[in-house]
Amino acid sequence: MSVPILNASGCLDALAAPEVARALDAFVTKTITPLPREGNPPTRIAETEHGMLNSIGLQGPGIDVFLARSLPGLAGLGIPLWVSVGGFSAQDFAGVCERLDDREEVATIELNLSCPNVEEAPETAAELVVAARAATTKPLYAKLSPASPDIAESARAVAAAGADGLSLVNTLRGLALDPLTLRPRLARAVGGYSGPALKPVALACVHACAAAVDLPIVGMGGVATGLDALELLAVGASAVALGTVLFADPGAPVRIRSELEVELAARGLDGAAAARAIVHDRESYSHQTTQKDLQIGQNVPA
Amino acid sequence: MLRARASVLGTEPVGPYTLLRVRRGDVDPGVPGQFFMLEAPGRVLPRPMSLCLAPPGELAFLIDPIGPGTRALCALTRGDDLGVLGPLGNGFDLDVARPLLVGGGIGIAPLPYLSEALGGPPAVVGFRSAHHAEAAALLPNAEVVLEPTYVTEALPDDAGDVLACGPEPMLEALRALVPDAQLAWEAPMACGYGACYGCVVEVDGALKRLCVEGPVLRTLQHSVAKSPSRLAAA
Repeated sequence: MSVPILNASGCLDALAAPEVARALDAFVTKTITPLPREGNPPTRIAETEHGMLNSIGLQGPGIDVFLARSLPGLAGLGIPLWVSVGGFSAQDFAGVCERLDDREEVATIELNLSCPNVEEAPETAAELVVAARAATTKPLYAKLSPASPDIAESARAVAAAGADGLSLVNTLRGLALDPLTLRPRLARAVGGYSGPALKPVALACVHACAAAVDLPIVGMGGVATGLDALELLAVGASAVALGTVLFADPGAPVRIRSELEVELAARGLDGAAAARAIVHDRESYSHQTTQKDLQIGQNVPA
Repeated sequence: MLRARASVLGTEPVGPYTLLRVRRGDVDPGVPGQFFMLEAPGRVLPRPMSLCLAPPGELAFLIDPIGPGTRALCALTRGDDLGVLGPLGNGFDLDVARPLLVGGGIGIAPLPYLSEALGGPPAVVGFRSAHHAEAAALLPNAEVVLEPTYVTEALPDDAGDVLACGPEPMLEALRALVPDAQLAWEAPMACGYGACYGCVVEVDGALKRLCVEGPVLRTLQHSVAKSPSRLAAA
């Protein structure tokens, strides 16, 4: 199987740009919360020298409207659907997961445990995974923050709590000033930092987690080329997600997939599994769960 | 949705602004008021620009070099190429009986193409200086006012069907005078096609994406949330 390429949650609206979503191996929704959220006030985005900041604040319709109005259209795209789930307590995460559990259109649930732009739940990431695990039998991917002091320890904790995979990484909290006024450019001052500057951070996090746990990892953070994607595979990712690059180039999924094939072939590597063995010097990884996660939900009519 | 590659035909100074001309190729110029995301060389994000002129085989964008991205666009030279995504968003409704175009500063950008589509209607454009007002040469039948006179002071008593683009205070003032005016707003955008939710403005009491709902809005309830440095990202 070729290397799965997904979008990073919040970086694509598949209903606004279905042809972009169809170029992916799975579409990850913007984070769905129990109740509708207006999100943060503008200004919400700012470009920096080597990346961008966003402070969207989980704007979304809430689970009721998502199920009634968005899910049928998303299922009609004919690609596996991952739903990103967020909230402000273990009860929130469990509640949304429970609502998704019997929806066969949903292949996988990604738990957004690390949005830098909203208040965090009081529980630990592992406690949130435990709550979600009790609410659904669907594959659960835990999206972790690169700001964690010991992300390998976080990975072990969410693995023990029942996560089936990891999504690494979310954005890092950052701030940019207007050079004239020296005031923050974002209305909420800080935002999530993404783009090329995040790549070394993502590589370090995937590297650490791949050594710590035997779970499939969707690597993301600053991927703009096929070589960027290959580097994430080499440190242990089994799939790659595109974020900021989609804003600049909606053709990025097709381009990066093509570039990645060239990069793999140039090194005599036969797909993601071969690339993944490089840095950690393993014969193979026992889990290829991403493939399974991508297949669930594919029986939905296109 | 594919980003086209467009070859730069040249740039021309227009007062303090730069007219960037690229080869049109297969790109649809769209409806006046729609916009394109232009790849800004060396920058992470593209920049949203409305189409200024659409001569045969060309697309031309009027750009104010106010930040690193717009300066990079203005520094392009003949033979360079750049990614162009569009046309995007909703443009002006051209089904108007008595059009009057109103522009302020770089907000004149979409008006020449709009004027052409409407057969050269009257226009009122305001600038902060005579140097900036050189851009009015792009727009037929334009009455020019300079600060401290504002375009709102130069409107006829019965303004007719106002189609406008300019800074927020100008659009707010126009809306108070002409409630059903068609106003082209701007906001920082990362993507221009509904992906990032960065460009939200308040429409009918809710935060909605300007790239999807606009950039031309007509609703009476619309208001843009104020920000300290809206243009700093350009």
